[in-house]
Amino acid sequence: MKEKNKVFWKGVEELQNEPEFIKNNLNEFPASALAKDGSDDSAPDRRDFLKLVGFSVAAATLAACEAPVKKAIPYLNKPEEIEPGIANWYASTYTEGGDYCSVLVKTREGRPIKVEGNKLSSVSRGGASARVQSSVLSLYDTERLKGVQVAGKASSWEAADAAIIDRLAKVSQEGGAIRLVSSTVLSPTTLKAIAEFKAKYPTTEHVVYDAISANAISKANGISFGKAVIPSYDFSKAEIIVSFAADFLATWSAGDYSIDFANTRKLSKNKKTMSRLYAFESNLSLTGSNADYRAPIKLSQEGLFVAELYNRLTSARINTEAVKNDILDRAVNDLLQHKGKSIVVSGSNDVNVQLLINEINLALGNYGKTINLSSPVNYRLGDDEKMNQFVDDLNGDKIAAVIFYGANPVYDHPRAEEIKAGLKKTKLSVSFADRADETASAVEFITPDHHYLESWNDAEPKPGFYSLCQPTISPLFKTRQAQESLLKWAGNNADYYTYLKNNWTATVLNGASWDKALHDGVHEAASVSTEVAPVSSNFNASAVEAGIAKVYSSGKGIDLKLYEKVAIGSGAQANNPWLQELPDPISKATWDNYLAVSKKYADENNWKEGTLVDVKVGNKKLAKAVPVLIQPGQAAGTASLALGYGREKAGKVGTGVGANAFALASIQEGLVQYSAFNVTITATGGFSQIAQTQTHHTIMNRPIVQDATLADYIKDPSAGRFFPTVTTADGKVAPAKVDIWKDQHIQPNHKWGMNIDLNSCLGCGACVISCQAENNVPVVGKREVINRREMHWIRIDRYYSSDAESKKTGVYFEGDTEAMEHPSENPQVTFQPMMCQHCDHAPCESVCPVAATTHSTEGLNQMTYNRCVGTRYCANNCPYKVRRFNWFKYFDNGEVFDKNTSMNTALGRMVLNPDVTVRSRGVMEKCSMCVQRIQEGKLIAKKEKRHVKDGEINIACAAACPTEAITFGDQNDLTSRISVERNELNKERAYAVLEELNVQPNVLYLTKIRNTQA
Amino acid sequence: MHVTSSVRPPLVTGGKKYEDVTQDICKQVEGAPSTAWKISFTFSVIIFIYGGYCLWMTWYDGIGMWGLNKTIGWSWDITNFVWWVGIGHAGTLISAVLLLFRQKWRTSINRAAEAMTIFAVICAATFIIAHMGRPWLGYWVLPLPNAFGSLWVNFNSALMWDVFAISTYFSVSLLFWYVGLIPDFATIRERATGIRRVIYGALSFNWDGSAKTWSRYEAVSLVLAGVATPLVLSVHTIVSMDFATSIIPGWHTTIFPPYFVAGAIFSGFAMVLSLMLVTRVLYNLEDYITIDHVESMNKIILTTGSIVGIAYLTEFFMAWYSGVYYEAFAFQNRAFGPYWWAYASMMTCNVITPQLFWFRKVRRSLVWTFILSIIVNIGMWFERFVIICTSLSRDFIPSSWAMFSPTMYDVGDFLFTFGLFFTCFLLFAKYFPVINMAEVKAIIKSSSEEKH
Repeated sequence: MKEKNKVFWKGVEELQNEPEFIKNNLNEFPASALAKDGSDDSAPDRRDFLKLVGFSVAAATLAACEAPVKKAIPYLNKPEEIEPGIANWYASTYTEGGDYCSVLVKTREGRPIKVEGNKLSSVSRGGASARVQSSVLSLYDTERLKGVQVAGKASSWEAADAAIIDRLAKVSQEGGAIRLVSSTVLSPTTLKAIAEFKAKYPTTEHVVYDAISANAISKANGISFGKAVIPSYDFSKAEIIVSFAADFLATWSAGDYSIDFANTRKLSKNKKTMSRLYAFESNLSLTGSNADYRAPIKLSQEGLFVAELYNRLTSARINTEAVKNDILDRAVNDLLQHKGKSIVVSGSNDVNVQLLINEINLALGNYGKTINLSSPVNYRLGDDEKMNQFVDDLNGDKIAAVIFYGANPVYDHPRAEEIKAGLKKTKLSVSFADRADETASAVEFITPDHHYLESWNDAEPKPGFYSLCQPTISPLFKTRQAQESLLKWAGNNADYYTYLKNNWTATVLNGASWDKALHDGVHEAASVSTEVAPVSSNFNASAVEAGIAKVYSSGKGIDLKLYEKVAIGSGAQANNPWLQELPDPISKATWDNYLAVSKKYADENNWKEGTLVDVKVGNKKLAKAVPVLIQPGQAAGTASLALGYGREKAGKVGTGVGANAFALASIQEGLVQYSAFNVTITATGGFSQIAQTQTHHTIMNRPIVQDATLADYIKDPSAGRFFPTVTTADGKVAPAKVDIWKDQHIQPNHKWGMNIDLNSCLGCGACVISCQAENNVPVVGKREVINRREMHWIRIDRYYSSDAESKKTGVYFEGDTEAMEHPSENPQVTFQPMMCQHCDHAPCESVCPVAATTHSTEGLNQMTYNRCVGTRYCANNCPYKVRRFNWFKYFDNGEVFDKNTSMNTALGRMVLNPDVTVRSRGVMEKCSMCVQRIQEGKLIAKKEKRHVKDGEINIACAAACPTEAITFGDQNDLTSRISVERNELNKERAYAVLEELNVQPNVLYLTKIRNTQA
Repeated sequence: MHVTSSVRPPLVTGGKKYEDVTQDICKQVEGAPSTAWKISFTFSVIIFIYGGYCLWMTWYDGIGMWGLNKTIGWSWDITNFVWWVGIGHAGTLISAVLLLFRQKWRTSINRAAEAMTIFAVICAATFIIAHMGRPWLGYWVLPLPNAFGSLWVNFNSALMWDVFAISTYFSVSLLFWYVGLIPDFATIRERATGIRRVIYGALSFNWDGSAKTWSRYEAVSLVLAGVATPLVLSVHTIVSMDFATSIIPGWHTTIFPPYFVAGAIFSGFAMVLSLMLVTRVLYNLEDYITIDHVESMNKIILTTGSIVGIAYLTEFFMAWYSGVYYEAFAFQNRAFGPYWWAYASMMTCNVITPQLFWFRKVRRSLVWTFILSIIVNIGMWFERFVIICTSLSRDFIPSSWAMFSPTMYDVGDFLFTFGLFFTCFLLFAKYFPVINMAEVKAIIKSSSEEKH
């Protein structure tokens, strides 16, 4: 202790400690030491002056170079529930013309930035389609009206309300007919508001029609069973499914049956059964491409095929032209063996066909087992005949006032021109459209409705299954809830929230908590009704026979099918660039609709892909020539064209994209028909390249997709697997045994990974949009897609089989490579989601000269945008070709990339995820495995001083996948879903793509198993 | 003094004396530019400016101005880069390796060849910078101490090795070339007056011509030749490793280093010939660059061309023999895939046509030599295109297969380097002595036609 107190002096001066020394010692910078001549003069000399001048000039100059000031304004009064940097999630409901999805909306600092499925809903069950996911961008669409418009000019709500009420009163007094034309309204409270409106103006009639009608199903059920409804189908119980052009995995009657279907296809060591799907269709649909057996048939024979099936399955017979098809024979056999465990569906809007389908299902005993008439779906309530009557009345001067709600018939109705003309004759025409679309610009008053993310609303997709919609942002513009407008015009000044809540308390909740319903987003009062299934039906065989014989025959003409695309649907969200750039699951085309024809037909006419053709049906002609796309699987003698394109007034993104195929739809027997026989197709001589993200369509028999048949899989779970070997001095060994990497990556804590079940992936593309929204992926536009520069971090590769490929299970690489480049006429289709594989031995990492891409201690392949100089060596060396380069500046560059609205408009930018950098020009980017979500999850766990639980963190693509084809987790956690799947349940099916390269991906795929017979 | 057999053909014809050499070479530097020179120079500058515009646009708007895509990340840019580096090979080979091997015929051509090397490497270097997504950050590939945090370059990357290989090669070549120029600058200085005398005096570092200076000059030349010799092998070896160390079928090949070096010499000699045959006529240098020179160079072209041809065949053999499907497919695709025409051009230009040099008549024909030298350079450009673009266009995952089509900016940026190259070369030809006077004088006694 004593020694520590020893004092050391630094010099004799300190020892002596004279006053002079003490004084100097306190002065850290003695002037005398600085002065050059030793004098005490501290006045600046010439040199100091020059230094100061130099510094000041430099500083002043540099200050001028300062970056523009960007202000971040803090909350003056912070809203209680908003924590900057922390996302809030609200349950809500997406409805769009009868499409329904219960959703969770992620908001950051009060802005909705992401929509995901709500797992609490037993109707949509956590699925969220591409359109639902994209809807958040539609909220920030600059084309939305900023307020009321009267006769094309901006006006005020007060003025418009006064004028409308005045005219309604007048019309009503005169007894003039008022029509409210809408698409299917799922909301019971909206219907109540409409009823109130009707009560005030008794001449009002509510006309419901659907842009893509499924009216024949409810009509047929009305005839057969006295219940004019669309039943719900339980595909989870169906072992044999036969679909006649019903695209039930994608768009058919808005029902989303993909979850149930995919569940029947999941395999593990505990479950080795699968459903079998037969598809009879003309165009290759998503359902057809997931079918085990697919028969391309002519549309003009569709009725004959259904009749044939009816004849073969039931004791009765109707006399129609016989058709022969060996796949039909197989289907008949299978159906007969699986009575009560099968489903037969048809996408036809022909009542006679649907009547036959009902008879078939009845004969198979499917009612009450796989088909439930007592718990119908409300998605498509449109009544084509009523709509037809409306158009007739409109042109017959019988209608005085018309209000359009969620409807755009001037665009999407076959009699659009008549409606447009008729509107001029009305005394009052109003539209609730959010923009001056085709219909709205033909009416006098546009009283824009809120976007659903700004609205209070509800929905009842199935009787007893209620769903709430709550606003997640204050209205961006001076818009007003349509229901509120209707109520106001009806003299009820209640705000819609109160109205909704009162209605729920009175009729829906039955004493249950409003807060809970609001929190959950759904309120499911009813259990599925167990009403006794029908055992008999009303079937007039001769009438059906006549009806079928009248329409269907084995003609020689070319049939045209008008179909709905997964992304664009009926075209209501056509101005959404995410959807426009989402590749079609089958053709991989973006930004266009096109005439899909078979190769044979194209060759006969000497058409190439992109040849522009005019399409004519009778006297109706497509307004614009469309390019030809050669579509494998397209039935001979047929062509197909997507609806939802050719919008004239959608906005700068959607206007003029493709041609409007609704113009070719027709009305027959009162129902809208989306097929036409004997169409004339003539080449115009022009050419327009189709922007496809994939232009090579076959897999060249490479073990990139490893597949097998169910029978082979049951015999050997590793059927179809390819086990590459490397020849060494010790014989052939697995590639992982040969390694020049001395030190392995150490990943002691987490080792993130993904499993992708090729059997569950149906190819819908919801993951692509989810990823795009989550990770601020830019839209590049048609030209750049043609240049093969789309930016999607995840893509769904779609492969067609080729006749030249070896048909043997597990045999790869064989075959004539030239011949394998050509897809079969009716190919088997495989979908493979592909994103960064996060290789532990990543080829991209070792080649980057500036170490901009590196490996994390958690198995992630990281991309440091700031460090990237853009040599693109990594992308070249990536065997999976998943890296994307910023060829241009996609943000703040609206002149060139005006379609990339989320980065080029002040409004659009609100959708950007603040947790993810917007990449600058010249840097590489790719899937980060949603590292921001991983970090967030880890932080939450860390705060709670625990390990991350499995399932707690989910990445955007996996969260979006309705069928759980993509699963994410920690490989170090042996109990995690992906570990159990890889190491136990599906050990034999798990493979790494390109295992032979030994890049050791953290993403594994499970083999594709098809339920085909030998 | 070297003893030269009297049966050896003379290296300098026309009975040139020392003063003739000085006069013949210096008169180009001293006289007014000829019309031909003016026309060529104007043309080069126009190309340079047009190309410069295209380059500026790629710099300003982004690499997207080129025809590259998600699958093909390199095409014309790196093709041109490798092509120019390859052309730059002849200079070092002629000046260093031939110096060490005492090939005296090199003296007439080494100056121009070296100049060509330097300009070609500059052209190549423009693509190193231009191909980057963020070229203004190009210096990040240098291992510079920095304040960005713990940032360091990745020494595992072949592109990193490239940076060193090219910069070393460039500096050594430049030094070698310049050292050789010093005594000649002194010669010009002695003949010049006024400002020219000052400039050439400065350029010659005040050369005094003393025995000691000459001795040092010789020593430096020899040392630099020694340093440069391994570079002949290393530069293109390392450039080839950009591809060889990757995993892309068609790139991942151990044969690349020797094959690339041979190809580089092949194309470099062809380029030297193309240029020298023109210069020779324009500058009346027929006595210095004789048919024998041309023939010697043609022999090297024939040799290296055949090596390259064997390499092509070996690649095919290995693709089959390795049993690696992807490799086999890559080569099958080269020959029969959508880019078959590029492959056919390459084979024709590089392997088949140079075989004409087996004929002495062709070898000694200036017209034939000129045509073939151009063809070889076209062929070598296609070789790099085939390797880079065809391999990338169809690699492992068929869904990503894509084709490349160049835009006007791809073409423009290539033209830019041509403009740059010819502008530099013409300036060199006008203001610098195109033939190494000092070295030619050293061989005049032993190998001129005039007997002393």
